[in-house]
Amino acid sequence: MAHFFSFAKTALKNLFSKPATTAYPDAPVDYPARSRGHIDIDIDQCISCSLCVRNCPTECLAVDKNAGTWTINRFDCIVCGYCTVNCPKHCLKVVKGYQQPGPEKKAVTYQKSPEVMAAEKAKKAALAKKKAEALKKAQAAKEAQAQQKEGD
Amino acid sequence: MARKHKRNIVPFGPQHPVLPEPIHLDLVLDDEKVVGVIPSVGFIHRGLEGLVEKWDFKEMVYVAERTCGICSFQHGMGYCEAVEQIMNIEVPPRAKYLRTIWGETSRLHSHLLWLGLMADAFGFESLFYQCWRIREKILDLIELSTGGRVIFSVNQIGGVLKDMDAEMLKHFLDVLAEVETEVREIQKTFMLDYTVQSRTVGVGVMTKRQIHACGSVGPFARASGFKVDMRKLGYEAYPDLDFEPVISNDGDCYARCDVRIREIFQSIDLIRQAAAKIPDGELAIKVKGNPDGECFARIEQPRGEAIYYVRGTGKKFVNRMRIRTPTFANLPGLCEMLKNADYADVPLMILTIDPCISCTER
Amino acid sequence: MAIIIKKEPEQKTITIAELLPEVIAIRKRGMRVCQICAAWVNEQFELSYSFANDGNYQLLTLRVVIDKDVAVPSITPIYPSAVFYENEMKELFGVKVENISTDYRDKFYRIEEKTPFGPESEGE
Repeated sequence: MAHFFSFAKTALKNLFSKPATTAYPDAPVDYPARSRGHIDIDIDQCISCSLCVRNCPTECLAVDKNAGTWTINRFDCIVCGYCTVNCPKHCLKVVKGYQQPGPEKKAVTYQKSPEVMAAEKAKKAALAKKKAEALKKAQAAKEAQAQQKEGD
Repeated sequence: MARKHKRNIVPFGPQHPVLPEPIHLDLVLDDEKVVGVIPSVGFIHRGLEGLVEKWDFKEMVYVAERTCGICSFQHGMGYCEAVEQIMNIEVPPRAKYLRTIWGETSRLHSHLLWLGLMADAFGFESLFYQCWRIREKILDLIELSTGGRVIFSVNQIGGVLKDMDAEMLKHFLDVLAEVETEVREIQKTFMLDYTVQSRTVGVGVMTKRQIHACGSVGPFARASGFKVDMRKLGYEAYPDLDFEPVISNDGDCYARCDVRIREIFQSIDLIRQAAAKIPDGELAIKVKGNPDGECFARIEQPRGEAIYYVRGTGKKFVNRMRIRTPTFANLPGLCEMLKNADYADVPLMILTIDPCISCTER
Repeated sequence: MAIIIKKEPEQKTITIAELLPEVIAIRKRGMRVCQICAAWVNEQFELSYSFANDGNYQLLTLRVVIDKDVAVPSITPIYPSAVFYENEMKELFGVKVENISTDYRDKFYRIEEKTPFGPESEGE
C-alpha cells in the first residue's frame, strides 16, 4: 500500500536537530591520525639512496646526493604513500594537512643540516682513506710478491 | 485525420543534469517514444590500460585504483587479485578479511551515493540530502581507517598496508548500527511513498530473458531475478561468510532500488560477520619475482561483475592489463531497456543501471 | 538448492575458422558473453573471447591468435550484445572485424588518436 508523507517524520526530526555540517572555516577540521595529507621527510635520516625517486608513480621526487637535498613537487604528488613503503630508513612519512592550492606548481626542497653533511663528508673521507690504504697495502703486497718471484 | 510522425534524433549528453559524467546517447524518437539508442563513449578516455608500459606491476596498483572514484578500492583489489593468482601468492588471512571489510564499506558508500542520485533524479531533494548525509558517516569511517576519503591506497600485491585494531573495528560496528537504523527510515520512503512509486513502478521493465541476452551484470541483472553474484566465486574472505545474492523479480526501476537497499543491509551484515571472525596474523607477504602468465580475475563491484585481465611476460612491466567494467557490460542492456520508453523517463532509467563512465572508458 | 561452483577457468586456443562454430556451440549451452579483449603480444594480436556460465560460475575463454592484417568474423550475429566489445577492439587496437551488426566506424570512442593501443602507435 502506498503511503503519503512518509518522509515528513524524518524531515521534522532534521528540522529540530543539530546540523550535520560544521561551520568549516571558523571551526577547524579534525583530521584522523591516518589522514593522507602530505609526505614529510626526516631529512637528517635520509641516506640519499633515491629508491623513492625510482618508485614514485608520478615522478614528483628528486634527490641530489652531493648537495644532500630531497625535492618534492607537492602539486604532482598523489600521496599514494608508495615512497614511504619503499624507504629503507623509514624517514618518509605520510602526515596530516593537505597541500594548499596555489597559482603555479612549485617544488619544495629539503636540505640536510650542515652537521649531518659534515659527518657524512667525514665518513666518506674516512672510507676513501681506508680504501686508499687498503689499495696501497695490496699494491705493496703485489710488489713484494713480484720481487720474490724475481728473486726466485 | 491520422497525424504523420517523423522520426527525430535527439542527442542526450555528454552534458546532462542527471549525468555526473559524460556519455553520449543518440535517441531516435518517434513522437514521445524512444525507438532506438546509439551510445558512444570516450570523452574521458585516459588510456590507463596503456600505462602498463610505463609503470611496473607494483606501481600499477595505484593506477588501477584511480580508474574510478567510487569503486576505487575494488579496482585495486581486482588487479591485485589477478596478479596474485598469476604469481601463486597466498594472501595472509587477516589481509583477506580486511580487504573484505573495506570492499563492503565501499559498496555501502556506492549504493548510498546512488540512492541519493536516484532521489535527485525523480526530484526529491530532501531525500537526496538525507542519503548523502548517511553516506558521510561511511566516508568518515573510510578516512579513519585508510586515510583517504575516496582513494583508499591500502592495497598492495601480497596483502594490505594498514591494519585495523579491535577498537577501530568496534567503532566501525557502532557507526554501522546507526547507519542501519537511518537507512531503514529512508527505505520506507523509497519503497512505500506514493510519489516515489509513481515514478519507479513499472518503468523500464527488463525480463530475465532480456537480461541474459544482453549479458547484463550486477544489481541491474539481479533486479530481474538473475541470481548471479561474483562474491559466490569465493575470493578474499567471502567463502567464510554466510550470504545469499539479493534478488527481485519485477525488473523495473522500483525493483532495482529495492535490490540496492537490501544490499546495503547485506553489506552491513557481511562486515559484522567479518569483524567477528577476523583472525590475527601478518598483513602482507613479501613478493619476489615478476608475473609470468595470464589470468582473468572476476570480482563483484558495487555495480556488478568486473573482469581484470593481466598478461605478464616475466618482466617487470606486464604486457597487457584490461579492466572490463560493469557499466560497459550493462550498455547493451541499457539500449534494450530504453527502447519503447517514454522520453521523460530516459534520465531516470539511465540512472538505474548506476552508470560509471570513468570506469567504462578507463 | 546448493550452487555448485566451478572456479577453474577453461581456456583453449582455436583458429579463426573454428571461432564461429565454437561460439554457436557455446550459445547453445546458454552462456553469456562476458568480455572480448585484444592484446598485442609478440607481433601478433591475441583475442580473448570470454563466456560465463551463470549456473556454475564457470568462465570459458576462447583464444584466437592472428596476424596484424587478418580479419576476424564478428560474433554479433550470434551474440548481439558483443557489439560494443568488438567496436572497442576495432577502435583502440585496430583489429579488423568483419560484419559487425552496428559498425560505428571509429565513432564509438570519441577520441582524437586512431587506435591508441594498436601496433602502429607503439613506441611513440
